[in-house]
Parts: sequence; structure tokens; C-alpha cells
Amino acid sequence: MLRSPSGVIGLIILLFAISVALFGPMLFPNSPWRMVQRPFLPPFTLATVPLGTDALGRDVFAGMIFGARVSLLVGMVSTLVALVVGVPIGAMAGYFGGRVDDALMRFTEFFQTIPSFALAIVLVAILQPSIYSIVASIAVVSWPPVARLVRGEVLSLRTREYVQAAVVTGQSNTWIIMREILPNALSPVIVLASLMVATAILLESSLAFLGLGDPNLISWGYMVGAGRTVIRQAWWITVFPGVAILISVLGLNLIGEGLNDALNPRLSREGR
Amino acid sequence: MSKRVLLGVLLACGLAAPALAQEPKAGGAINAVIQPEPPGLMLAMVQNGPVQMVSGNIFEGLLRYSPKLEPQPELAESWSVSEDAKTYTFKLRKGVTWHDGKPFTAADVLFSLEMLKQTHARARNNLAQVDKVEAPDDYTVVFTLKQPFGPFLGIFEVGSMPMVPKHLYEGTDWKTNPYNNAPVGTGPFMFKEWQKGSFIRLVKNPNYYEKGKPYLDEIYWQIIPDAAARSVAYETGKVDVLPGGSVENFDVPRLSKLKDTCVTGAGWEFFSPLAWLWLNNRQGPLADKRVRQAVMYAIDRDFAKDVIWNGLGKVATGPSASTIKYYTDDVPKYPYNPAKAKALLKEAGYKGEKIRLLPLAYGETWQRWGEAVKQNLQDVGMNIETIATDVAGGNQKIGDWDYDIAFTYLYQYGDPALGVGRNYVSSAIAKGQVFNNVEGYSNPEIDKLFADGAVATPDSKRKEIYEKAQKILVEDVPVAWMLELQFPTIMRCKVKNLITTGIGVNDGFKDAWLDK
Repeated sequence: MLRSPSGVIGLIILLFAISVALFGPMLFPNSPWRMVQRPFLPPFTLATVPLGTDALGRDVFAGMIFGARVSLLVGMVSTLVALVVGVPIGAMAGYFGGRVDDALMRFTEFFQTIPSFALAIVLVAILQPSIYSIVASIAVVSWPPVARLVRGEVLSLRTREYVQAAVVTGQSNTWIIMREILPNALSPVIVLASLMVATAILLESSLAFLGLGDPNLISWGYMVGAGRTVIRQAWWITVFPGVAILISVLGLNLIGEGLNDALNPRLSREGR
Repeated sequence: MSKRVLLGVLLACGLAAPALAQEPKAGGAINAVIQPEPPGLMLAMVQNGPVQMVSGNIFEGLLRYSPKLEPQPELAESWSVSEDAKTYTFKLRKGVTWHDGKPFTAADVLFSLEMLKQTHARARNNLAQVDKVEAPDDYTVVFTLKQPFGPFLGIFEVGSMPMVPKHLYEGTDWKTNPYNNAPVGTGPFMFKEWQKGSFIRLVKNPNYYEKGKPYLDEIYWQIIPDAAARSVAYETGKVDVLPGGSVENFDVPRLSKLKDTCVTGAGWEFFSPLAWLWLNNRQGPLADKRVRQAVMYAIDRDFAKDVIWNGLGKVATGPSASTIKYYTDDVPKYPYNPAKAKALLKEAGYKGEKIRLLPLAYGETWQRWGEAVKQNLQDVGMNIETIATDVAGGNQKIGDWDYDIAFTYLYQYGDPALGVGRNYVSSAIAKGQVFNNVEGYSNPEIDKLFADGAVATPDSKRKEIYEKAQKILVEDVPVAWMLELQFPTIMRCKVKNLITTGIGVNDGFKDAWLDK
């Protein structure tokens, strides 16, 4: 992983974003919603509000710092939830095959046939926007690819000699799945997960942009959405959080690529 | 030309300009925005804002109202009131015809009143004091009231009491009458076509009773669903008139600066929209008067006016907008004073209980306002949680009294008996509706004052009663009054005389003309 330069860059970006999310709010004890200066103050004019203020005179820089927290939290937690749902379903479908596989895969396809963003909007709108409903709806739309990927991996590992040996020695199904199959199926899942975090951040931003964010938490998507309408008068309100989204998503994609290279060395060498 | 002469000429122009400008030119078409697309155009059946805006030019009322809310003749050319203030006699204008050529008579007035009592909730309320209506001849209508009713002359505006053609509606099922889709009125413009989702086209009524009017040949009401697209439509010249509220506030300064653009806040005097926060008086911390007063002190309303509404409107002093009859500013004042708010909260023993805030889902301006108010209240130590919701969801929560603080704005209709009292008298408390006394305020003294005020004579007596009511209400803070809203109308300067009455664009095209 550390040998791939893009992975290193991605890792640096991610670590930076995480530390901002963790420690930034300590440096800015004030709420990012507080109106601190006159509205529409351009960036780089006052040292106290380096990135200017928005339509209500709120500090754009403080918003970016607090927004990092929400974006990363939503991205990571929803991915985690998606994995917790998707991995067991995929593993069971691949391992047991037959009717179980059919049932689980039809269920998965049911979610896959609905455009994921539309489903997420509907879910958040029904459940009312809050950090919990947003995490839940992003998880709901992002677990099916995990399930399908895991199923594919398990299907191929299922026929390996060491798995069949375990079956012959009378190991329980759970033990075989947990100890023999999943550990060997994990590397593509890890790569997928890093990309899912990026997708989740984008999803959260899109939801907040449409006004479906948690109204009590500031996030990058909310800032872009709220600033969109005044973009002709005040570009900085949208541009800075937009760049933050871009960079963190880019960082996660680079990490995914780096992980892919590191975990599938043969594949990457053949590719080059 | 010497300087002095030049100055003289300029002065003369300046002084004479209004007189010169009064020479209207005939002809031309105007494109105006209508937002949102009206659900129908039959004003007697549906009364949403956009319906009134379009149909106010097709239909007419007996009276119209000046910006000072004085009654002016429309279909009634004169009126008189009896000594005891219980009999009102209207003389109708002669020679008025419906768009299909049939004459307009007192029979139409009687029929319209009967129909409106069933189809128009506000008209039904307004007519509650009417004992009987008679038509001694074709051009006279006599209203006899059960008791004197001060605001009676204020209920004849076209949106409150449109005249309906008896010969087309009598004996039909009103809801399915084909003329609902091609309304026939007496107004200066006739309905021509409606391309759903695109535009509504009205054309000049050539037989209009006021000779020479209307001046315009056509009006196109353009339907453009997106706020940004509406601004662009004005910038690119597709539309000439943006009625109040059709673009977001933050676009107003930019559009106002465009070349040949005139902006006016006039034309809303009759409605006088007043924005306030419903405070749930029934339960929780806000049941305590001191907490409600703290809310008033905690909110920076000048900031809201200057920043969120771009300086439009006026900070409200109490339950009546300053354009409403018997308004007084001799009431307790609540300037922005966070320290005082904190002290009041402490005195009331507020311990950080959660307070739910419902913003109004009417677009960006209202969202920003919700955020600013939340911050103001948090700054004095209130624990505010914003509940995100859409218009329907918000209405449901407010109607079910399932809120602590909720944004709203309502029309006031010129007289405290018509638009103000309904929000504070205990008889108006009813679950499931979002307009009248949603806060659950109940004060026998206020009930009595508004009951007396509606029927008191003479005017000086009413004034005394309503001033007293305002003082009590402002002291009690049943709701937190925010701003008298102003919805600026933006138009090309070549559009003249569009806004001449207290209801503005809603009946304005009668007098409007284009300076080409």
C-alpha cells in the first residue's frame, strides 16, 4: 500500500480530514451557525473569518471544519452498516446456493432495480431528515453491491479444496464461512468499502444540497445547497465546501486504488 | 438655455411629470409571472393567491380599495349607510355586461352571495352579520345587518366577494360547471386560453364599461416553476412583471439594479401580510409568559429584516400591521436584548428543556430565517431543535398542536375584526387548521374586546377597544410577532399604473398601460 504513491496521497488526505473532524471543533468553540460578521464578507479580507461569511454572516471556515465531522461520520457509519448487512447476506447466498441463494439475490435485486439516489431521497423524506435517517437510508441503498460481490467471491472459494476439506472434517457452516471463506474474500470488499465511503459522502452532500440534511447539523452539502442560490453574488460560499467534498472523495478513491494494488498484486502487475 | 431656465424647465417637468404620465397609451401585451400555477380560475370556488392574481382581472367586486383602504366604486357606483349603521344601500353601475353580453343586475349580486356562502369560507364569515339582502330594483342592493358591524364596507373586494353570472350558474352543479374552466366575469379582461404548465392568456374586454379601459390588448401569465428560472426569464426579457413573492428575496437587489427596472412594495396594503412565530401556549416552557417575552427579546428582528429580507418590510410591534385600521404603536416594546431574555428565562426557571422549532418550507428565505432565529434563541440558552418538514407536514404538525415554535405569516384584510381577532380569540381555537389561534391563547378579556370591537359604533369607540386589545396582547405575547412583510413587485419601467389599489396586481391591469 505504501509503495503506491496515489495510495499514500489518499491516505494523507484522509488522515488530514479525520484530524480536522476530530480536533477542528476544539479550535473553534463557537457554533458554525453563529452569525459572526456582516453577511457576504469576501474571503481573505479578515483574519478572523479567513474564508469569508455566508448569506447570514456565518463563518464559512468554521462551517467547513464542522462539516468535515458530519460528512466523514455519515460516510463511515453508513458504510459500516452497509457492510454489516451486505456481507452476511452475500456470504449466505454464495455458500448455501440453491433456494437460499435465489431468495436472497431476488431480495437484493429488488433494491438494485430502484435508482439508489431516488430511494435515498424517498426514505429520508418519509423518515424526516435527521442524522440517523440519513445514515440509515444511505446504508439501505449501498449494501446490495456488497452482497453481490461477497456472493461472487464465496461462490468461487466454496469449491476450493481447503473448504471442501473443512466440510469433510465436519466443521459447522458458520465456522467454515467465518474462518475459511470470509477472510479470503475480504480484500475486494475492503477496496469496495473505501469507495463506498466516498459515495456515501457524495450521497449525504447531495441530500443536504436538496435540503434533506439534518437541519441541526452543518455539512458541506448543506453549505453548497444554501450558497447555490447566491452563487452569482458570493462564489466562496459554495466553492470552498465544494472543494472540500472534491478533495476528500478524491482522497478516498486514491486509497481504494492503492488498496486494490496492494491486495491484488498479481492483478495490478498484469494490468501494467 | 440659461441655467435658470433649464432649472425652471426641470422643475416644471418634475412637477408636471405625474400629470403628463397620466396620459395613458392604448395597446400592447404584458407578460407577467404567475407562481405557482393556479389550481383553477373560478374565483368563487378557489381563492388561492395565484387564482386571485389572475382572476381579479376577469371578475370584479362591488368595491375596490385605495392603498389607504378607503372603499372606491367598482360594480357599485355609490353606497349609503343608515343612521343606525345597520342598513347599507348599494347603487349598481348601469350598462355593465358580462363577457357574454348579458347585462349585470342586482339579481346577479343576490345569486353570488348565496353561492359564496357555500363555496367561500371567508365570505361566509364576513357575511355572518348579514340578516337579509334585498334588491328593490335591478340596480339597487340593500344589506340589512343583525347589528352594526364596523368593518362591513371592507368585505367587497374582488377576492373576498367576486360577482358570479347568475344566468350561467343557477341550477347547475357548481363544481362541474363548464364555465369554471373558461370563467365569465364583468372585468376588464376576458379569459382566452390556458396552456397548462405554460401560460394563461387574457384579452381585452372591448365592451368594458369604463370607456377607454383597459389599455392593454392582452396579458400573458407565464408559468415558470423554478425560482431561478423566473429571475432569468425577467433578465432575458421574456416577462415584464414579477409580482411580489415570485422570485427569491436575494435576487431582488440584483434584479432591481437592472436597466429600466422599477420596484415597488405597494399593492399589499389590503392583505398586509404579517409574519410571526406561533408559540404553543398550552404546554412546555412556552406556557410561561416570561419565556414568551424572552423569545421576543432574544430575536434580532432588525437583523432579519436587513439581512434575510434585504431591508424590505418593517419590524412588527404587535398583532396588527401598521397599515391596519386602529393600529397603535403605543404598546410594550421588545427591542433586541439578549441579556434581558436570559434574565427572564432564569426568572421563569427554564432549565434547558428541549423546544422544537418548525420553519416554514416556503423556500430559501424562510429556511435562512429559521436558522437565524434558532441561533438567536440558542444564544440566550434555549435548547432548540429544528424539525425539518415540507409544507404539508408542517401544516399537519401545526394543526395537531404538535410543535413548540412555528413560523407563519397571515393576511390581515384591512380591519382587526376581519384578519387580526381570529388569531387571538378563544372561540377560534380548533384542531386541524393552521390559521386561527393555533397558539391556544385564551383570555376572556381579549375575547370580549374583539367581540365588542366588531360591532361597536362609532369609529372612535372601536379605536379605543382595539388599542386596548393591542396593549394586552403585546404584554402577553401569545405569539412572537416578527415582521410586516413586503413582497416587492418588480417590473419594467415602461409598465405604468399597474399598482393603484390596496390589492395591487390582483386587480391592477384595469388601469395599467405600456409606455412604448
